[in-house]
Amino acid sequence: MDRVPILKIGSVLLVSIQVDLQDQTVLALQEDLADRIVRTGARGVVIDITAVDIVDSFIGRMFATIASMSKLMDAETVVVGMRPAVAITLVELGLSLGGVRTALDLEKGMRLLGAPVPGVS
Amino acid sequence: MSREPAGGELPIASHDDVVRVRQLARSLAAAAGMSLVDQTKIVTAASELARNTLVYGGGGTARVERVERPSPRAGARAGVRIVFSDDGPGIPDVDQALAEGWTSGGGLGLGLPGARRLVDEFDLDTEPGRGTTVTVTKWCR
Amino acid sequence: MSGGAGGEGRIAALLGSREEAVLDRWTALVAENVRGRLTERELRAELTELYGLLARVHDDADGTVRGELRAALAEMSRSRARQGFSPSETAVGVFAVKQAVLEAVEESGDTEAYREFARFSAFVDDLGLVTFETYAAEREQVIADQAEQLLELSTPVVKLWDGILGVPLVGTLDSARTQIVMESLLQMLVETGSEHAVIDITGVPAVDTEVAQHLLKTVMAARLMGTDCVISGIRPQIAQTIVGLGIEFGDIVTKATLADALAYALDRSGVSVVKAV
Repeated sequence: MDRVPILKIGSVLLVSIQVDLQDQTVLALQEDLADRIVRTGARGVVIDITAVDIVDSFIGRMFATIASMSKLMDAETVVVGMRPAVAITLVELGLSLGGVRTALDLEKGMRLLGAPVPGVS
Repeated sequence: MSREPAGGELPIASHDDVVRVRQLARSLAAAAGMSLVDQTKIVTAASELARNTLVYGGGGTARVERVERPSPRAGARAGVRIVFSDDGPGIPDVDQALAEGWTSGGGLGLGLPGARRLVDEFDLDTEPGRGTTVTVTKWCR
Repeated sequence: MSGGAGGEGRIAALLGSREEAVLDRWTALVAENVRGRLTERELRAELTELYGLLARVHDDADGTVRGELRAALAEMSRSRARQGFSPSETAVGVFAVKQAVLEAVEESGDTEAYREFARFSAFVDDLGLVTFETYAAEREQVIADQAEQLLELSTPVVKLWDGILGVPLVGTLDSARTQIVMESLLQMLVETGSEHAVIDITGVPAVDTEVAQHLLKTVMAARLMGTDCVISGIRPQIAQTIVGLGIEFGDIVTKATLADALAYALDRSGVSVVKAV
């Protein structure tokens, strides 16, 4: 099973999903993130799904779980880079991701959290 | 011309198998000439249903195939059909299982009704104790 | 069946020995029909190819020649369809070969060839039908292409401001068109990095449930992508429809006019517009 790496940039944790997610990877990521938020005292989490070509109800629910979980630990979650086809499908599926903030791309997501944008001085 | 990917029957015995079903559905949908949105819909439906087969059906198989039907326009219309079968406990109350918001396994109950909304044809064949077969088809627009 | 299609050999022999004469006559017959739209030379080249295949059909054991013949006819029929010929003009062009051959048979006085002619004639009729079918399919394709072009023309996504896209919809919205506009809007948001969009339906006389649902879903999908979508120009009738159908527009932002929507989007993106005194 692949584990999704979590990067720390300033006070933000960045998760960039590059693999075809299977359910156990999703659960492991949830745990790893909770752990890292506590250990690092991060104030924000950015989940970059630019490379993800499907989000089903299980993965969608993970976003909502991570968002409410991180909120309890005083960190805000932003999901960035959702593709149009994925967004249309999620709406059709009936998942609204209530409570999850979203942004068009990584840069805008970081800005939303008031964090410095990597690669941009 | 690129080689057409072949359909086939895949086992669903682990979460990795669910990913493989998705990938096969994706390659067939792309080869059938489906739009990106429609590809995403059938692959997402496949993911939901394969997970159901694994979690509620105790494992089973998915047969993914390319289908064609005559069209009033020139040539035939292509599509992708996936048949999920398991020998699990079956679904006692089909109407309830297809109702919005119903779930038997701790989820939000989007599995069956959600998948149904994503495809053009949806057929559920189940009987308590005799397993479940779900057949879905998505046609190119 | 081998040999049956082109006759028992007499006609095939005739096609071989009288090639120049029959081909001349065929070309002349067809030329009357297509005058001015196809040069004699083009026509001759086309018919020579068909003729060559027709003459070989007799020895066509495995059906390759027949296949080639059908392909060549289909090709001819397609180009005729594109050039605006009618299907009967195209088919008559094929049928004309019968007259040319019949004249050659009459001249030869070969009674055996006469008997074969009936079968040859039936075979050519079949070929004529091939051109009809291809012609119809090709015209369907032309119509489909045009419909698609029309769709693209009528569904523009424009940039209203830096980071603000607009979709001015005009005319009747059906489900397919709405879906295409919406998909291209979402795609454009990504491509241009725009965080705001205005869907203006001032020019839309009415919407049905399905179209209203599509609009709604688009706004929700845009939101999932981290963008903000405003609908403007909802006419009273459409407002009534939406309420009447019980469609929940929830917290979706709607504005009376495109101008109001643009002002709203500008404000949201932190731009303030002031009059230079």
